[in-house]
Amino acid sequence: MSDEEDDLILDELNDEELVLQMHDDLYDGMADEIFEAVHILLKRGWVPYDVLTKALVEGMRIVGIDFRDGILFVPEVLLAAGAMKKGMGILKPLLIETGAPQLGKMVIGTVKGDIHDIGKNLVAMMMEGAGFEVVDLGINNPVEDYIDALKRENADILGMSALLTTTMPYMKIVIDTMKEQGIRDDYIVLVGGAPLNEEFGKAIGSDAYCRDAAVAVETAKEFMARKHNQL
Amino acid sequence: MQTLIIACGALAREVLALIELNGWRHMELTCLPADLHLRPEKIPDAVEVAVEAARGKYNDIFVAYADCGTGGLLAARCEKLGVEMISGPHCYSFFEGNEAFAARGEVTSFYLTDFLARQFDAFVWRPMGLDRHPELRDMYFGNYEKLVYLAQTEDDSLTAAAESAAQRLGLDFERRFTGYGDLEAVLGQ
Repeated sequence: MSDEEDDLILDELNDEELVLQMHDDLYDGMADEIFEAVHILLKRGWVPYDVLTKALVEGMRIVGIDFRDGILFVPEVLLAAGAMKKGMGILKPLLIETGAPQLGKMVIGTVKGDIHDIGKNLVAMMMEGAGFEVVDLGINNPVEDYIDALKRENADILGMSALLTTTMPYMKIVIDTMKEQGIRDDYIVLVGGAPLNEEFGKAIGSDAYCRDAAVAVETAKEFMARKHNQL
Repeated sequence: MQTLIIACGALAREVLALIELNGWRHMELTCLPADLHLRPEKIPDAVEVAVEAARGKYNDIFVAYADCGTGGLLAARCEKLGVEMISGPHCYSFFEGNEAFAARGEVTSFYLTDFLARQFDAFVWRPMGLDRHPELRDMYFGNYEKLVYLAQTEDDSLTAAAESAAQRLGLDFERRFTGYGDLEAVLGQ
């Protein structure tokens, strides 16, 4: 713990310094500081969308890079995500009120037999941060749940997640069922999870394997842009 | 000329016990670090290095790993290298017996073996950051219901360690004695 005199007074920082400090605080998983800083920026007249993208999403992008490079590990990423979540909690209702660009709608969940939702939760949060609407089906989803939600929500993207070697083949069951119903090509199908790899993603007929949350966001954006170009 | 067993470090005691128990004098054991399990994507390359280093020095080489989170990549690598490995998803499964384990279909159980009961802090608690950030516990384990200790040996101190681990994780506890399960059969072949 630093001495009181060394403590930063966030409100005394100018906007640029404060945003950089928020990137540092996200990196260090300091949820209370993020909560305070989001309020400060809003009080200074920032629109919620700018707070989200320039402070929170950009901070998590840095966290994602260092996770990919082996500098940060899962516990640190979880703490950072917890801090972002606290900031998002303030912004989410404001974003709905003020309106923010909507890039598309994603249905996401872990597959039947799999209760490991850390990766799925990170992807959902980062997708929301990037401007996607996310319908989170939670854990242990049978094929009917995915397909019902895709139709009900008129979604653009299906995201499936699995942590176990034993559960990842279930993704193929979902995709095959979509093919049988003639709806496979109506959706972008993204898959992810620790034991998956690119070859597996191709072999089961997904559109892409996403190795982490940041890649999932970029891939989703890319596919949505292609989809719009086709229309 | 001998048979070389290239095993996960988490199986060292068990493989040595089976060699001793069965008098398999033709077998030698070399182990890769057990903490590769924290980065399973590194297992295929590490196994390949060990296999290539042993080529020509042994009649036979056997890889004492199951899939272990490699998503089929280890099986593909072993096939390319022309060596056999253990079938099944992971050691929890082959200790209980792959068929029996699959038949249970337990989704909300977290497993410990003798090794993990002994090394719980080094391989679970600390790598997950729970020593520094206990508040993360429910993010990791909130969807689990019980900790199942698959015991390879009768050892009261390990049972106590496993039960304590269950308490720390906020999970119910169950002990199942498995012995060495499919490991003995597969090495015996």
